[in-house]
Amino acid sequence: MIALSAVAGTLTVVLALALVLAGWRMVRGPTLADRFIALDMLTALAVGFAALTSAATGRGEFLDIGLGLALINFVATAAFAAFLEHKRRKP
Amino acid sequence: MIWLAATLMASGTAFLLIAAVGLIRLPDPLQRMHSATKAGTLGTTLLLIGVMLSGETAIDPTAMLTIAFLLVTLPLGAQLLGRASYLSGTKLDGLGEDPLRKELDGDPDG
Repeated sequence: MIALSAVAGTLTVVLALALVLAGWRMVRGPTLADRFIALDMLTALAVGFAALTSAATGRGEFLDIGLGLALINFVATAAFAAFLEHKRRKP
Repeated sequence: MIWLAATLMASGTAFLLIAAVGLIRLPDPLQRMHSATKAGTLGTTLLLIGVMLSGETAIDPTAMLTIAFLLVTLPLGAQLLGRASYLSGTKLDGLGEDPLRKELDGDPDG
């Protein structure tokens, strides 16, 4: 028998490593497209963090935060993609 | 049930970590997008299923809705970003000639 909250807490630390890697690409990214892709990844990681925090604390409210982040993620990605495309068309 | 939930959460985290490593290691934006989208979608979905199984109620409507939404929108967003990054003049490594050049109106060399 294992404590699921402890497992979720440990996995949060592992996920923080992925956050650091994606954040490095966000800061470093040579082109604008790299930064937008890193932003997409960072939001997916944030949904993962919300889910793990929900499991670690046993509070279902954190899943609502994950849903909200997922909703915002799509709108932000679509807007940034449109921006990038528009920028190319009319320099 | 508890072991299944822990395994699913661990594998979801592993996939997200692999996606982040791919974001660092792969050479150009399109390949990075490929890594972030596919491994990222799978990782987030597995993680949410694991968290859903760990709760008292086996089926959580919010988590189900999040999974459905992510499965629909993450590939869609990746397609939009890929198209935009191609049109903004991304270099395609390891591809001899560019088959998309004639297809899309905004070709990289303008």
